[in-house]
Amino acid sequence: MLQTSHSIECAISDDFRSGGLLQLTIIFIFDSSVLICRNYKGDVDMAEIDHFFPLLMQHEEDGLLCPVLSRGNVHFMWIKHSNLYLVSTTNKNSNASLVYSFLYKLVEVSFCVMKYFKELEEESIQDNFVVVYELLDELMDFGFPQTTDSKILQEYITQEGAKLEVGKSKVPTTVTNAVSWRSEGIKYKKNEVFIDVIESINVLVNANGSVMSSDIVGSIKLKTMLSGMPELRLGLNDRVLFALTGRDKGKTVVMEDVKFHQCVRLSRFDIDRTISFIPPDGESELMSYRINTHVKPLIWIESVIEKFSHSRVEIMVKAKGQFKKQSVANNVEVRVPVPSDADSPKFKTSTGNAKYVPEKNMVVWTIKSFPGGKEFLMRAHFGLPSVENNELEGKPPITVKFEIPYFTVSGIQVRYMKIIEKSGYQALPWVRYITQSGDYQLRSNV
Amino acid sequence: TTDNQNHPPIFELKAELNSDKKEKKKEAVKKVIASMTVGKDVSALFPDVVNCMQTDNLELKKLVYLYLMNYAKSQPDMAIMAVNTFVKDCEDPNPLIRALAVRTMGCIRVDKITEYLCEPLRKCLKDEDPYVRKTAAVCVAKLHDINAQLVEDQGFLDTLKDLISDSNPMVVANAVAALSEIAESHPNSNLLDLNPQTINKLLTALNECTEWGQIFILDCLANYTPRDDRESQSICERVTPRLSHANSAVVLSAVKVLMKFMEMLPKDLDYYGTLLKKLAPPLVTLLSAEPELQYVALRNINLIVQRRPEILKHEMKVFFVKYNDPIYVKLEKLDIMIRLASQANIAQVLAELKEYATEVDVDFVRKAVRAIGRCAIKVEQSAERCVSTLLDLIQTKVNYVVQEAIVVIKDIFRKYPNKYESVIATLCENLDSLDEPEARAAMIWIVGEYAERIDNADELLESFLEGFHDESTQVQLQLLTAIVKLFLKKPTETQELVQQVLSLATQDSDNPDLRDRGYIYWRLLSTDPVAAKEVVLAEKPLISEETDLIEPTLLEELICHIGTLASVYHKPPSAFVEGSRGVQHKRIPGNLGSGESVESPDNGSAAGVTEAPPAVIPSQGDLLGDLLNLDLTPPTTTGPPPISSGMQMGAMDLLGGGLDSLVGLRHNTERSFRSPSPPDYSPTEVGPGGHMGAGFGAPPAVMPASFNAPVSVGLDDLFDLGGGVGMPMGAFNPPKTVWLPAMKAKGLEISGTFVRRAGVIQMEMNLTNKAMSVMTDFAIQFNRNSFGLASAGPLQILTPLSPNQSIEAALPLSTVGPVMKMEPLNNLQVAVKNNIDVFYFSCQYPISMLFVEDGKMERQVFLATWKDIPNDNESQFQIKDCHLNSDAASNKLQSSNIFTIAKRTVEGQDMLYQSMKLTNGIWVLAELRVQAGNPNYTTILKSKQRITSLIIIHTVSERPFCTNWNLICYIL
Repeated sequence: MLQTSHSIECAISDDFRSGGLLQLTIIFIFDSSVLICRNYKGDVDMAEIDHFFPLLMQHEEDGLLCPVLSRGNVHFMWIKHSNLYLVSTTNKNSNASLVYSFLYKLVEVSFCVMKYFKELEEESIQDNFVVVYELLDELMDFGFPQTTDSKILQEYITQEGAKLEVGKSKVPTTVTNAVSWRSEGIKYKKNEVFIDVIESINVLVNANGSVMSSDIVGSIKLKTMLSGMPELRLGLNDRVLFALTGRDKGKTVVMEDVKFHQCVRLSRFDIDRTISFIPPDGESELMSYRINTHVKPLIWIESVIEKFSHSRVEIMVKAKGQFKKQSVANNVEVRVPVPSDADSPKFKTSTGNAKYVPEKNMVVWTIKSFPGGKEFLMRAHFGLPSVENNELEGKPPITVKFEIPYFTVSGIQVRYMKIIEKSGYQALPWVRYITQSGDYQLRSNV
Repeated sequence: TTDNQNHPPIFELKAELNSDKKEKKKEAVKKVIASMTVGKDVSALFPDVVNCMQTDNLELKKLVYLYLMNYAKSQPDMAIMAVNTFVKDCEDPNPLIRALAVRTMGCIRVDKITEYLCEPLRKCLKDEDPYVRKTAAVCVAKLHDINAQLVEDQGFLDTLKDLISDSNPMVVANAVAALSEIAESHPNSNLLDLNPQTINKLLTALNECTEWGQIFILDCLANYTPRDDRESQSICERVTPRLSHANSAVVLSAVKVLMKFMEMLPKDLDYYGTLLKKLAPPLVTLLSAEPELQYVALRNINLIVQRRPEILKHEMKVFFVKYNDPIYVKLEKLDIMIRLASQANIAQVLAELKEYATEVDVDFVRKAVRAIGRCAIKVEQSAERCVSTLLDLIQTKVNYVVQEAIVVIKDIFRKYPNKYESVIATLCENLDSLDEPEARAAMIWIVGEYAERIDNADELLESFLEGFHDESTQVQLQLLTAIVKLFLKKPTETQELVQQVLSLATQDSDNPDLRDRGYIYWRLLSTDPVAAKEVVLAEKPLISEETDLIEPTLLEELICHIGTLASVYHKPPSAFVEGSRGVQHKRIPGNLGSGESVESPDNGSAAGVTEAPPAVIPSQGDLLGDLLNLDLTPPTTTGPPPISSGMQMGAMDLLGGGLDSLVGLRHNTERSFRSPSPPDYSPTEVGPGGHMGAGFGAPPAVMPASFNAPVSVGLDDLFDLGGGVGMPMGAFNPPKTVWLPAMKAKGLEISGTFVRRAGVIQMEMNLTNKAMSVMTDFAIQFNRNSFGLASAGPLQILTPLSPNQSIEAALPLSTVGPVMKMEPLNNLQVAVKNNIDVFYFSCQYPISMLFVEDGKMERQVFLATWKDIPNDNESQFQIKDCHLNSDAASNKLQSSNIFTIAKRTVEGQDMLYQSMKLTNGIWVLAELRVQAGNPNYTTILKSKQRITSLIIIHTVSERPFCTNWNLICYIL
């Protein structure tokens, strides 16, 4: 009664639901010039992209680099892939995680679809802008991501294709199928599945030698060469599954968190821990898991780095294989940081080769084959200039890279892989295990 | 030459496009697109390209379509040429072509074309092929964006709703996406009519559609309010499996639904605990994603640990910073580490923080040092270790580390008084190296607070005085307070010092905060030193444990926006999305009892979901930007600003912004008490500014005349009737004050005031030329302001202004200009131009100027309104030293458009019932009590704002409503 009508309206017209949907433009940028730009909604002025690069530079200079930049009402979300920037712009409250997921998917798909390129890079985009446009239109419509499965896309992206074949008009059924990742009518002479179980060890060790955090990130990858529409069931020695089925024999593994490929029936897994799926054809990552147990660092490093200002740095590194004697770690690399102004390197190793990599300010000690239980030593000596380097340097950690085949730290096992296809063929599953270093860092005190 | 090969000239392309050979044609279109891609204008080829459209070559067709999407808007007439082919393509036997046509047509934002789109779209929405239907569903959203009315008239919205029941999950997902998108711009619709049946359909489709479709559906589900906890639980159960999806965005959207719905579950339910446990692992796994996704995840985890700390309390280690993390990830991890810090893990946290503090990235190191201080404050048992860690860091003598350490040690002193003061000596050693205002202010605070324990406190403080005027305000204020404290503690040897600082603050400074604080101390010290001691040296309240927590209502809203930009910025969407004002804030529905049925919020009125429109308060930077961008046109062309939304926004913005900024009006000091920077300023130290003005005797003689006005134009001034000596009867008009000193404006001095005459607000100014040359071409413009004040005509200064000449100018003002909330509310930023330069100044107008002539409420209305207003909305205050009787007061007030509606006398006390109305339509009711022989009046002010957003705002922000009105009283 006492108010202007507008305010009343405001109070009532509040039935607002933001879908948090995408409002965006995807842009490839190389060396500050726009290579390709697809404006899906037409509401962000295309000229806005000209502000992106200066804005990025500004933030970089200020040391405030951030994946989201904004200018006025326009928000830029970007990723960098080799020398390209993929930028999406929006002026709404978009779903940011969807945007980044999509940008990464875009890189992956572009790479697959343009498979005859070595790498998604400036030239490949310039030479193939027609395909890129086409791809961008299939991947997203009006800001909504659509089909992003590269296998399926390859089947109906016209690419250099000539006249439309009759067969291609069938493709959309796969696109909109509940099984949107596998086409019908696939045929193999010999039906096989190759299963790779890969565990990466992440370790963070403090300068005083205590393990701050460690975990295992596992990944199960498939290379599927099966005909038709096979139903697969994967059996693991999953402790929760064993508990559910009342089985308590043998070693089991507690998976902290499991992530599955789109093809796995998540609700089924949620109910009875069954991993059932119709696999995508060819290579794919079926699942990943994280195990949060204390892992004994498989390769233990003890280091003494002594820095004598104005004269020299002396490094002594001892590497010890803390895994079973029967196993062998391959391609082991121990990377030890050295001051940026170090010079005249001298090395002595009990095995393998040590090499100074000045552009990365590190010594890389390579051991091709490192049996379990063994211990090796490396000594390095560097000169330091008499004039002290004024620049403050960080304290990069020692990092280690390695691979141990035929072995998983967690003890995870593929118990079975059941393959059922209506034609009734027999198929063979093959399993391989490998353990490798992930983010493997040991802090040094210099 | 290479360029010419890739991008041949237009005429060449034209010839190729019209070639008979298909291959050549296709290559030509490719070249056209290539030119378009690099930004060349190839719109001249429009007819030639469109001619290529009729082809059975899909690749060529796609190219032509691509061209059309780009140029149709600039060539609308020619775009019509393409319509026939589109319509034909929509009937093509090949579903790919049908879909392509409908997809492209929707992208052509030309009105004339949209009319032709309707029939093909209608068919495609019912197409037998799901690929076509899913494309058509999106097309409805496109069409809605171009012509919303058309979409409604054609009934497409209903068809779209029907598609939610489609048998194909992709179609369902796109329909949901399209509907959500439309609902966003279509606030009143009941578009997403979410009910248990549709929810069930969505949950079914969730299991089968693509990862992106799952995100659309989850984001849509998050808007639903379950009817009871059973429904809530069953939805949660069906959403939980999504936490195992490989796509981080699916996981985050699922987390959003779960975080929101679990609020409705009874906390003692077993399932509630199960759900909490299920949330931690996927959140941790998000940290293995790509850095940008990690960043989004961390920003969201920051919200989640504030809302439900128990979820991640055992996961501290995963937030330890890795050397190769990008800086934005490092900073976010650090923040979360502090939030998770507890007695159980503090040792590990501290060890980590110490490690980080020796890194090289300055921002990161600073934050790490600050984090150590926050640990000390949060976990009492760790305080001692934190302090010793900080001392170790101070010993490193790394300048920025030392400064950060001192800033946090000050906070530790505030949290644990009389415990760690032994370290003061070490701190004092570093006095000279402090060059950042915050660190200097902190050090000064420490010296002042512990002056009695520091032998040479006076010397230390004196050393800062030399460059007083070069210091930042923060340091100046702190120095002023510290020296006053010192004086109160050691009066004998520091009298000179205190005189010096008071005079520096009050006479030589043009900073109102500093001046006002100076005057308060001055009066306090000269009136009642004992009281001064009680006030200034009062025990300070302890600072709270957790700093920078997000305010609960905002946090709730942000939880509903998990995964979106809002959750990354930690700001509500209304703060950064244009056109989202007046839209509903999302909120978590409360815990609903089983079986208790509550309307869904889709009807706009679910219990407790009515929300206030957001207040968009532009940052200071924006204000300045606006002011600097003022378009200073010459007087002849200065038209009145567009009326557009001015009036409407007047009410909206003012109310939305809250009236608390008025705190600053009565006495600017009030504002500095509220400012968080001086650590010792809390309400307990100094009473509210209101007790100051009238209560104090005459201000010191040195006080500049301008101090009284216009800042402190208060009710006292209105009542300044002192036996008729003051102003003549009439509306209250404050005297002119200097707004723009000559030294700041190349010789132009402007003084002025505001008057209200016959319903017109005028800005009366004196312009004086104190420069040596003639000034001409005057123009004036205001920045947007709280009440939409704008000049109603040009500034009339027709003759040039010679040196030493003064001229009076009156500028009529309107209140229909653009509105923006100002701080303080009655602040007006003005730009004046002359032939020399453009000058900027701010002035403040008395609110009484905004009381309109028809502010007399009808008696009956008044009575009804008065009764209706809940007590919460009223406030009471005293007007002191007023020697008028009630009738004279009533007359006096009436001339300022404060109207007396009725008068009642009870036990010798006159009660005047009054009303006033602001230019933006806000009514204020008042009761004025005048007791014969008592010079102090009592006034009760009320405003019935139930129906407006005003109340809602204040109930939401949980700030007492009345304090705000109390402030308006002062302006009266």
